Amino acid sequence: MKVLFRKTKELESQIDDYLDIVDRAALIFVQGLKFYFENRKDEFEQRYHDLRAMESKGDFLRRDIENKLYVHTLIPEFRGDVLSLLEHSDTVLNRMAITLLNFSIENPEIPEELWPLYIDLAQAASSAAENMVKAVRTYFRDLSAVRDYINKALFYEKESDKIAEKIKRQIFQKEIELSRKAHLRIFAHHIELIADDAEDVCDRLAIATVKRHE
Amino acid sequence: MIWFYLLSGLFLGWSLGANDAANIFGTAVSTRMVKFKAAALTSSIFVILGATIGGAGTTDTLTQLGAINALGGSFTVALASAITVTWMTKVKMPVSTTQAIVGGILGWNWFTGLPTNYTTLTQIVSTWFFSPLIAAIFAIILFKISVRFFAKIHLHLLKIDMITRIGLLTVGAFGAYSLGANNIANVMGIFVSANPFKDLNFGSTINIGGAEQLFFLGALAISAGIYTYSRKVMLTVGNELYKLTPYSALIVVLSVSLVLFMFASQKLSAILITLGLPPIPLVPISSTQAVIGAVIGIGIAKGGKGIRYRVIGKIAVGWIATPVATALLCFLMLFFVQNVFEIPVVSP
Repeated sequence: MKVLFRKTKELESQIDDYLDIVDRAALIFVQGLKFYFENRKDEFEQRYHDLRAMESKGDFLRRDIENKLYVHTLIPEFRGDVLSLLEHSDTVLNRMAITLLNFSIENPEIPEELWPLYIDLAQAASSAAENMVKAVRTYFRDLSAVRDYINKALFYEKESDKIAEKIKRQIFQKEIELSRKAHLRIFAHHIELIADDAEDVCDRLAIATVKRHE
Repeated sequence: MIWFYLLSGLFLGWSLGANDAANIFGTAVSTRMVKFKAAALTSSIFVILGATIGGAGTTDTLTQLGAINALGGSFTVALASAITVTWMTKVKMPVSTTQAIVGGILGWNWFTGLPTNYTTLTQIVSTWFFSPLIAAIFAIILFKISVRFFAKIHLHLLKIDMITRIGLLTVGAFGAYSLGANNIANVMGIFVSANPFKDLNFGSTINIGGAEQLFFLGALAISAGIYTYSRKVMLTVGNELYKLTPYSALIVVLSVSLVLFMFASQKLSAILITLGLPPIPLVPISSTQAVIGAVIGIGIAKGGKGIRYRVIGKIAVGWIATPVATALLCFLMLFFVQNVFEIPVVSP
């Protein structure tokens, strides 16, 4: 019995640790982009490396959680949903790391007048991810609050869509080469995808929550 | 020869263990919340304890219905009941050893010409109707209270999972105890009037009565049924008869255990008498039908969607078909046992 208590407690804190990582990664992602636009390249690189380290730690934690859920046959009727939520949250984390990696490698030359829009987009995507994390966290403890956070996450996802569209329109109205336009557009798209991935997790979460109510 | 006579009772005990233990631990095992080994060990221990400690109450009621006083008679009644239970299980009717044994006793009364105590019979039959109903009411109340409680305290999903696991095992132990106490009468009750065991005295303090030895033997047969065959039934019950979440299953098992306990506990009945309330009749009931009642209760508590009301009709058919079929079969078998094999089925 004691072993069961200890294992449950350990797993609970591992899930919390994992969600903390995704939550912090969203903040670091925005911070990193701000440094990029402020031309503080060293600090930007540092944030990128922090995010990579968090991604590795997140992967390790997620695999360990999945393994323990299977080995100890815990929450048998909701295990599939929980694993799916964790795996798709990991996609959000990976997307943030890859986006910063692309900035680091490709070093896109973004016109100065578009910087605030890119930062707004990053903040909207980050807020979608943060609310997604809150929604997943409440799925474990307080089902009645899940919907509120899902709604917030979906709001920020819609915001990110609008901002991304605005950026893309402005890019293609500029007198610059088409190749550069495509290059700038793809970076807005990368950031937008973070919010889309968060939306995907929220959709799964909404169904998982209904199943818990049954 | 005595042991041969007891064999039919032990066969009935085995089938009770194989079938009814699944009502207690079915969902827990099929959803892998509790391992079969743990379920089998827990239910075996507590069935034996329940049967030996608390089996006297329901046995008295069955004896009032018909005191079968020859081992040949007891053998035939138990065998007729076991055959009916096996056959009804094959045709997928929610069968009950209780209804079979009552039918068997009535068949014996009919064959021997001895009078049937209609007050006891009415008491028993009304309990068949009330036990699923009470189980349903218990399930509704327990489900609603517990859901509200858990919604308020915001426990982590993993903690709820752990509590459900521990609950399934402890409530399962209580359920197995109550099953033993309530249903041992079906298996060994009819042998009490012709009990071959003598009281055992170890010094001046330890005294094991003949009836207790008989119940212990019957409980061992139930345990054998649990270990040898109940795994298969548990997986069937858990997956086909009804689909419940482990948490709902916990409520179902608790409701059923309370009903089994209610109709088996002499102490509870005595407390009600001292409070000036009418006593609860101590009657062996069907755990299967109580389970169905409790599952319907859960369905109602969840808003009444997806309840298969046809199942209620099946229970009602079982109430009539099982005792009637057993009584007829028993009458025929008693005729053959007495006239062909020349074995006395009643003492003058």
